[in-house]
Amino acid sequence: MDIGLTHYLTVAAILFTIGVFGIFVNRKNVIIILMSIELILLAVNINFVAFSTYLNDISGQIMAMFVLTVAAAEAAVGLAILVTFFRNRGDIAVDDASVMKG
Amino acid sequence: MLQGIAFYLLAAVATVSGLLVVTARNPVHSVLWLILAFFSSAGLFVLLGAEFLAMLLVVVYVGAVAVLFLFVVMMLDVDFLKLREGYARYLPLGAIIAAVLLVEMIIVSVAVVQGGAAAGLPGPGAPDASVTNVEAIGRVLYTDYVYFFQAAGIVLLIAMIGAITLTLRHKPNIKRQNPGDQVNRDRRKSVEIKPAATGEGVSAEELL
Repeated sequence: MDIGLTHYLTVAAILFTIGVFGIFVNRKNVIIILMSIELILLAVNINFVAFSTYLNDISGQIMAMFVLTVAAAEAAVGLAILVTFFRNRGDIAVDDASVMKG
Repeated sequence: MLQGIAFYLLAAVATVSGLLVVTARNPVHSVLWLILAFFSSAGLFVLLGAEFLAMLLVVVYVGAVAVLFLFVVMMLDVDFLKLREGYARYLPLGAIIAAVLLVEMIIVSVAVVQGGAAAGLPGPGAPDASVTNVEAIGRVLYTDYVYFFQAAGIVLLIAMIGAITLTLRHKPNIKRQNPGDQVNRDRRKSVEIKPAATGEGVSAEELL
């Protein structure tokens, strides 16, 4: 049971795929879509940290930190937009949010 | 051996809870599964020797982002069952694309480790006992990456301002404190001296 870089990359790939899958099947529910995006960014972070460890380079962890920052900011702004949208429409179905469609 | 068991346990929990995030019927359950997924990933980070990021993940995600999600999910009065329409319709397409994506990424991962850029790596060397993980991060974060660090702070500030301006609303017909009016108030608008005759005082009409 020797755990190598491939194992971590595989776990990250599975989490990334689950995130993409979640966006596909929950097309109407913005909250689940935002959570799926968080899962995708988590998978990216696992990749960064795994490579950082196996390359003996701390920069990967710094990048993971910046990804974490952006993910937190994105979640905050996304949920704020969601709350505003709900206030205006009384619903969060994204299909209806097509006013700006050309 | 023990590391292998820990890895497989954490990886399995992270994967299963990640799957339950996107398949749970109740979004509140989704958020709770998301917390478990992040927690297991933090465990994986510890196994990789990135203790600081693991703790950061727990603090930022479990402590802040997940709570934010919980607040919003519980605050919005939405019929979540109605939002699940089309779930079965998109399931086959989503599953096919996910499977293709997964196979591609695993092939690339194996290839890059066996013959690509990451081939023949010595693997994680013995951690330098004199420098902790936090110290190693701090040494580069505040020197080589100081501008990126500042930019990250600006990103967070702008996100905070954006979230506040998006959600703040002033309801009409509500009594609010106006500090400007309070500061601008002076003696002439507030008090008045009325001449009062001795022994008679001031009548009620004079006060109005």
